Amino acid sequence: MIKNILNLGDTAVYCDFGVEVNETINASVIVYFHHISELIKDKKIEGITNLTPSYNKLIISFDLTITNYKKIKNFVEGLNIGKNIKNNNQKVKIPVCCDDEYGLDFSRLVEKLNIDKNKILELYLDKEYFCYMTGFIAGMPFLGDLNENIRCDRLETPRVKMPKGSVGITEQFANIYTFESPGGWNIIGNTPKKIFDDKNLDQPALINPGDKVIFYQITKEEYLNWNE
Amino acid sequence: MNKAYFEVLRAGVNTTIQDKGRDHLYHIGIAASGAIDKRNYILCNKLVGNNLDEAVIEFAYQGPLLKLKNGRINVSITGDIIFNIIRKDSNVENGICYKNYILEDEDEIDLISTKNTAYGYLSISGGFELEKTWNSYSINTKANVGPNNGKKYSLKDKIFIKEPNLQTVKEKKIDYKEIPDNIIRVIKGTNFDYFSKEAQNSFFSQDFSVTKLVDRMGIRLSGNELENTVSTNIKSEGLVRGAIQVPADGNPIIMLSDHGTIGGYPKIGVVISADLDRVGQLTPGSVINFKEVSLEEAQNIFKSYADDTNRYLDECN
Repeated sequence: MIKNILNLGDTAVYCDFGVEVNETINASVIVYFHHISELIKDKKIEGITNLTPSYNKLIISFDLTITNYKKIKNFVEGLNIGKNIKNNNQKVKIPVCCDDEYGLDFSRLVEKLNIDKNKILELYLDKEYFCYMTGFIAGMPFLGDLNENIRCDRLETPRVKMPKGSVGITEQFANIYTFESPGGWNIIGNTPKKIFDDKNLDQPALINPGDKVIFYQITKEEYLNWNE
Repeated sequence: MNKAYFEVLRAGVNTTIQDKGRDHLYHIGIAASGAIDKRNYILCNKLVGNNLDEAVIEFAYQGPLLKLKNGRINVSITGDIIFNIIRKDSNVENGICYKNYILEDEDEIDLISTKNTAYGYLSISGGFELEKTWNSYSINTKANVGPNNGKKYSLKDKIFIKEPNLQTVKEKKIDYKEIPDNIIRVIKGTNFDYFSKEAQNSFFSQDFSVTKLVDRMGIRLSGNELENTVSTNIKSEGLVRGAIQVPADGNPIIMLSDHGTIGGYPKIGVVISADLDRVGQLTPGSVINFKEVSLEEAQNIFKSYADDTNRYLDECN
């Protein structure tokens, strides 16, 4: 449930579900997200321009020419939220090539974590991950939780250009850069698989909140010859 | 009859189509995009009698050189722009912003450069012949979403025109005055207390310079490295236009129209809505200062900013 509501600037309501990251809190965020989405579709509330669910926050952006912080905050506080969670989640397998030319940050990780590359990969690949959210850039999945021995902070200065397909880790999370973009995660490989398809307007993201994800290693040759 | 279009004779630095942007897609990671300077975008449409949400050409620094083919159109430029209209007979007219011009078949418009700002806008009566993606014409070059396969325009591209045969055109202009101001007003961010007292004070008192790392996603600043005493990472969460994130190196980054929808750096502040157009127009080397305002003040300032915009729109009738 929402613990605290704040303003983020003059055009967003910041709903705080707590500081912990776990599937229960995330499920609560997602319930609010679906509930408010339906009310927007049914035109029960006006002025909301975006809903951004994350691990334990829900940000509600609005149009200041139509509504304001106080109105949206009152609306959220007055919601009567049910407990039904949609469950149509799938399991997705993602190929990843971890050769050094794709795994850009192994030397940093080896130094910071004090374990060798093979061990990092072993711990990384031996896990089924949960998708908490998608975002930052189109279709980027935020996955968790990593084995405790391979958790590492973001880069001190984010890269200006992260190659498309880069597979990254930071703290207890893993992600995939679906497009070339700036970014600060530690990169351990690259996937040739299409994670976001803008031609598919209804379901453009391959991985969606609640899905399970498994990574498996491929060779450089398989990477270069990848065909979908 | 042949279709009318602009032929791109010089692409310029970052020439795209923009409109008001696309909503309700942050949850899958798609930025709102849309014109960086919303006021100049709206005024540009008004000057050619369009609906205010019609698609326009947005250009940055050096703009495009465009040749009109198979048409007669009504065009307007907004921003702080040096441009020429090169007539078919090679006669060159110095362009004036905030008024409309007729372009005849084979005339060219040369958007030479912005002056002390980053972006300018070109509108034509009736708009361009494009398809919407997720209810918007805006091009997002980072996610390759929107017209032209989501890419900025290149040499020899054609930009097709919807209503190419205007007969009568009303003359319109706006007496637009932008007073330069390097003060950017900010509401404290949700992680303001992550920063040391010294960093909090210097954020609101010291100069920050705009670095060369500026694009439609955001603006990286340098000046005072802001010391974080709690954590240089937060659990990734949603962002908004104007949010000011501070990564571990202590240099703030302001989010603009194509910003990532989620971010994991602490947010020291959020630029108020009324100052977003001005922030988006900042160029590398500019020096700015942040000033704290309350939510209530921000709402009032926005109201008077919107009133000013409406006065310009009324003037144009």
